[in-house]
Amino acid sequence: MNEHPPSTGPLPTGLRKPPRFGRRGTQSRKTVTFGDAAEVTTSKVWAVVSLGGLLVLWWYITRGPEPILDEKTFPSPVVIWDAFVEWWQDGYRRTSAWEHASASLSRVLKGMVIGTVIGIPVGFAMGLSRIMRGIFDPIVELFRPIPPLALLPLFIMWFGIGEESKVNLLVWASVWVMIIAARSGVLGVSGSKVHAAYSLGANKWQILRYVIMPNALPEVFTGVRVALGVSWGTLIAAELIGAEKGLGTTIYIASRFFRMDIVFVNIIIIGLIGAAMEMIMRFLEARLIPWRGKG
Amino acid sequence: MKNLSVSNVEMVYELPKGGSVHALSDVSFDLQAGRLLTLLGPSGCGKTTLLNIAAGFLAPTSGTVTLGGEPITGPGQERGMVFQQGALFEWQNVSQNVSFGPRMNRKKKSETAVIVEDLLATVGLRGFGDKAVYELSGGMQQRVALARCLANDPEVILMDEPLGALDALTREKMQGLILKLWQETGKTIILVTHSVEEALFLGDRLFVMAPRPGRIEREYELPFAEVGLSVDPRELKASPEFIEKREELLSMIWDMEEQIMGHEDGTS
Repeated sequence: MNEHPPSTGPLPTGLRKPPRFGRRGTQSRKTVTFGDAAEVTTSKVWAVVSLGGLLVLWWYITRGPEPILDEKTFPSPVVIWDAFVEWWQDGYRRTSAWEHASASLSRVLKGMVIGTVIGIPVGFAMGLSRIMRGIFDPIVELFRPIPPLALLPLFIMWFGIGEESKVNLLVWASVWVMIIAARSGVLGVSGSKVHAAYSLGANKWQILRYVIMPNALPEVFTGVRVALGVSWGTLIAAELIGAEKGLGTTIYIASRFFRMDIVFVNIIIIGLIGAAMEMIMRFLEARLIPWRGKG
Repeated sequence: MKNLSVSNVEMVYELPKGGSVHALSDVSFDLQAGRLLTLLGPSGCGKTTLLNIAAGFLAPTSGTVTLGGEPITGPGQERGMVFQQGALFEWQNVSQNVSFGPRMNRKKKSETAVIVEDLLATVGLRGFGDKAVYELSGGMQQRVALARCLANDPEVILMDEPLGALDALTREKMQGLILKLWQETGKTIILVTHSVEEALFLGDRLFVMAPRPGRIEREYELPFAEVGLSVDPRELKASPEFIEKREELLSMIWDMEEQIMGHEDGTS
């Protein structure tokens, strides 16, 4: 009866399960993982489940057997997809989708370029000179906290309802961010780097060009990223007030005609463009400033 | 070859809240070209202040510092600096860091390239020219800093705790490199350190500095740096002569630290 006792020896290597200590079931030999930030990475499976679940839930409450929401005010994903295809192919109100999107994007681009071109030199001056710091500090501290949209009615009165008021509003939205970013980039340079450069024979201009500017670049880049986000949000809101073309304009007009599907499509597009801008900036940052945070 | 001369240097920092700190009191000495002076002392003894005055980053309250008879009024490339860490330009690779000085002086590209290659070989970084400096270990970064400083062929090299951030083993290796550079180039070096052993091993001249007010307390002429490369450094550091000096200096600095503590207890 006992010629074949149950084997208690180790299984052949190929059959053994890999040791499972870590939460991710990796080869990690860590015995405790709770509270260990390195072990908490995004689970891709659950990310997909979460996104899929959201879509299914959305579909269920709008198109399910007993819809909770009225599709007139809260369209289902299916309707929105159809609206997207329609918007993409035919545009809205005789203007193509691309024209609406590029109208918004070019306003942001113009505002950002002007805001950056003004902001960086001012920020540099503030970081390099006591006098400039004295002159600009109160101005920056006074105007920076004002939400740009609070100025929109004034800007419309001064610059008209057209492009100029919007671009100027975005210059306002971005310039303070850029000033502060450039200033802190300059102030962040370590004394020993500047001293080392002087001892190597650099003159003031060379210190600025070869030490302070590259040293400030990561901060300036962060400034551009932040200003871009602020500008995008400000612009869409400004477009709601009134413009010929633009994603915000489309939302406003479509809502007046009760085209909630078009409203939703544009909201989603706005979100995707915002995310794309962030991703492009991160990509550029990794490419252009690989030394970031490595000083 | 130029001698460095420090005469009657006083340094008083006015504090923003009122009061003042007497960082250096009547410091005078002459340093012949080609000597390696180490500055040792507890925190607050003014050794870094003295180095910064020699570098030209600080002007003394009174007194003068001259190099080859010329008064020092600001930073200049005849006096190179090596800092503890973080003074490399992380946006440039190793070669670009080393060539910084020649480039600022608009030297010919071909000449600069030769200088860089030679120096990288001298500090043991041949083939590392294209590496980013942040990819290197702390010890290798300091090798880059030494090479960068040598690229302008300075008269004097001022080192502010150059090995202070390194682990013990790397530190010993780098001490060897500093001795080698000193003996091969014949440069005048002033090196600030917290390590008694390092000050003894590297200095052919050593000042022990004391705080409140910052001053030169004792001066030593030392034999170790001269022979440091021809014998086993570990053996040298374990020799009775070395240990005797080490204990003497340690107890001197220990007493100073005690006094500072007592002083602070008394006033607070």
